[in-house]
Amino acid sequence: MSEKDGLILEDVSLSIGATRLFAPLTLHVPAGEIATIMGPSGSGKSTLLSAICGTLDPVFVQTGTISLRGRNLAGLPPEARHTGILFQDDLLFPHLSVADNLAFGLPAGLNRAERRDRVRAALSDADLADFGARNPATLSGGQRARIACLRALLAEPDALLLDEPFSKLDSELRDRFRQFVFDHASAKGLPVLLVTHDPADATAANGITIHLAV
Amino acid sequence: MAVDVAPPWAPAGWWRQMINIRWAPPLTLLIFLGPVGAGLIGTLLPAFGYFPALGGDHLTLAPWRALARYPGVETAALRSLVTGLTAAGLSVALVLSFIAAFHGTVWFQRARAILAPLLSIPHAAMAMGLAFLLAPSGWILRLLSPWATGFDRPPDIALAPDPYGWSLVLALVIKEVPFLFLMTLGALGQVQAEKSMRIAQSLGYSGMTGWLKTVLPQLYGQICLPIYAVLAFSVSVVDVALILTVTPSPTLGVLILRWASDPDLSLQFVAAAGACIQCLLVLIAIGLWVMGERLVARLGLAWIRRGSRLAPTGAGPLAMLGMVTAAGLGISGLLGLAIWSLTQRWRFPDALPSAWSLDNWGRNFDRVAEPLGTTLWLGLAAAGLALILVILCLEAEQRTGHRPTSRALWLLYLPLIVPQIAFLFGAQVLMVVAGLDGHWTGLVWAHLLFVLPYIFLSLSEPYRALDPRYGRTAACLGASPWRVFLQVKMPMLLRPILIAFAVGFAVSVGEYLPTVFAGAGRLTTLTTETVALSGGGDRRLIGTLVVLQGALPLLLFAFAAAAPFLIHRAAFVRKKSL
Repeated sequence: MSEKDGLILEDVSLSIGATRLFAPLTLHVPAGEIATIMGPSGSGKSTLLSAICGTLDPVFVQTGTISLRGRNLAGLPPEARHTGILFQDDLLFPHLSVADNLAFGLPAGLNRAERRDRVRAALSDADLADFGARNPATLSGGQRARIACLRALLAEPDALLLDEPFSKLDSELRDRFRQFVFDHASAKGLPVLLVTHDPADATAANGITIHLAV
Repeated sequence: MAVDVAPPWAPAGWWRQMINIRWAPPLTLLIFLGPVGAGLIGTLLPAFGYFPALGGDHLTLAPWRALARYPGVETAALRSLVTGLTAAGLSVALVLSFIAAFHGTVWFQRARAILAPLLSIPHAAMAMGLAFLLAPSGWILRLLSPWATGFDRPPDIALAPDPYGWSLVLALVIKEVPFLFLMTLGALGQVQAEKSMRIAQSLGYSGMTGWLKTVLPQLYGQICLPIYAVLAFSVSVVDVALILTVTPSPTLGVLILRWASDPDLSLQFVAAAGACIQCLLVLIAIGLWVMGERLVARLGLAWIRRGSRLAPTGAGPLAMLGMVTAAGLGISGLLGLAIWSLTQRWRFPDALPSAWSLDNWGRNFDRVAEPLGTTLWLGLAAAGLALILVILCLEAEQRTGHRPTSRALWLLYLPLIVPQIAFLFGAQVLMVVAGLDGHWTGLVWAHLLFVLPYIFLSLSEPYRALDPRYGRTAACLGASPWRVFLQVKMPMLLRPILIAFAVGFAVSVGEYLPTVFAGAGRLTTLTTETVALSGGGDRRLIGTLVVLQGALPLLLFAFAAAAPFLIHRAAFVRKKSL
């Protein structure tokens, strides 16, 4: 596996004013592997993910280099970075049906039939084949989480960023959904960066774990 | 990281730079405040004798001497100041004591449900309703006659309009209480009201005392701008004063309007000087108010330090009485005029008409159609334009991360605090020069000025409260900033956007002075017609106009409440095919 396939952070650090959030971080997440970042609240875990996907609040200053599949991400707008992200909440758009939420992630340029087929395939992948026309508010928490994950994957990202997406689910659901996300990411050969509080997440990820120090 | 944001239809190059959303806030301020400044200068120059079109080609103090010689001008100015301060003081005291006494109770929700619709009723309509209640042949005397008063003909006493300005104060309180109540309610969400109350109560403070001692000090900073706006408005109001003061004892605003519309053009100079005095009156009123604030703050701190836990006796019931009186007078006045619009015969002292009829509506239609049409297109245009500007400003704020400072909020309130007459007079002078007076563009701009701040106040909170992670998720799915804007933010904010639009429309329907000045008498609305008719006795026609004034904004609010639901449902029905 080549260096170019993964997500690479080199000497990345974030600061707000004169305060640096954490010591410069260097990390290589190869394709198909999961790196875990742990650290206390306020250590900048989530902010690091926004820096990678390009939605960093302008009050922060980022130094160092972030590259994905050999592309330097500096200066690219979020929509051009191809970094999928999942948050604690599923954030399904409440004004769109389940199918339209999935379709929102599809790349432009596909024809109608292709779009419909991919949405259908994703729905059955989530065991929700008949739920396309439903209002997302009518789905259970686990169902919504699966749709959110598949929506991110339909956008054909080059990496998947996970911002504690399991923490709000109850424990049995959490294990199943975690497996669902990890299986899909590894099937697509994506580098995954997971931010979490929960040591069980790190164990399940079975990759390198980094503790962010303030 | 600076990302150049442009709509997908925008080509590269200079055009892309031109429509960069960063320009939205400065452009809005320019459209919005540039003419206010120009208008003030256009007032100031004639006040010192410079008005070439009328032969004034050098600076002189003559207009000020003429103003000082005008009989009764000091009394009128004093009347403006006293009625304005009294109305604002009563409204603030009533609203704050009511909220202190009844927050968290069922009365609180009821008050909100009753006051919110009253907010959208124009001042002139409310004042006409009150005039009908208090007139010699009004509803109150009808209900008391002849059994209690012995009158079988309308007596020769008038509670409204009155020479002292008490009915003016009453009308202002009726109209300002809903505004201040809802503004305070909005501000309560931004301070730690619930937690402070819980702690105060656990330390043994009664509900009302706890609220006054812990919540009010946090809250006041959030509501002082709306309070100053109310104060400035009360000191310089013209339409309500035209309806509820008698000709020999006007307020300063009424005098200025008389001079400005006098066929003797030399009085234009006096009007300009008067408009400057009106500005000064507002400054004096705010100055006195701020001194009052300091005094209350000092006394309040001493009261807090004494540690007394008991509520002021009787304050709660008194606040309730005041609130019920204000809302009751407002609603029954409107109801009375609505009945008049359906009346065929209603003799004194009957409590209700003896013969009802729908004929008034048919007969008055021709009289009403044109102002109705103008009111509609003017309100829709001004609110639509203001809504677009406000949305672009809020979107620019989110993309650049620059939130306006509290000083910028003052700019937003400027047209609400500077007396309308002070810059409208000068703006009209400029419009005459530009050939725009009586033209629809000038009229839409004049309304935009007062509509825009309210739309901003209504929409900024929900716009900023939308979870930014929705936009981030969409961006990470590959959506451009404009796609996020159009397909994620706009649909999710549909309801607050429509409500803000309805708020703007309601404000436009109620405007009097901007229409009089920018419309140059050629363009009339329901509100200007109502005020023009207030001296006469055709209550059937006035009733028709007032019903329309109240109904238009309420219809739009109903639409704003229902539309997102209908659109939302339609969206899910349509997608069943997929």
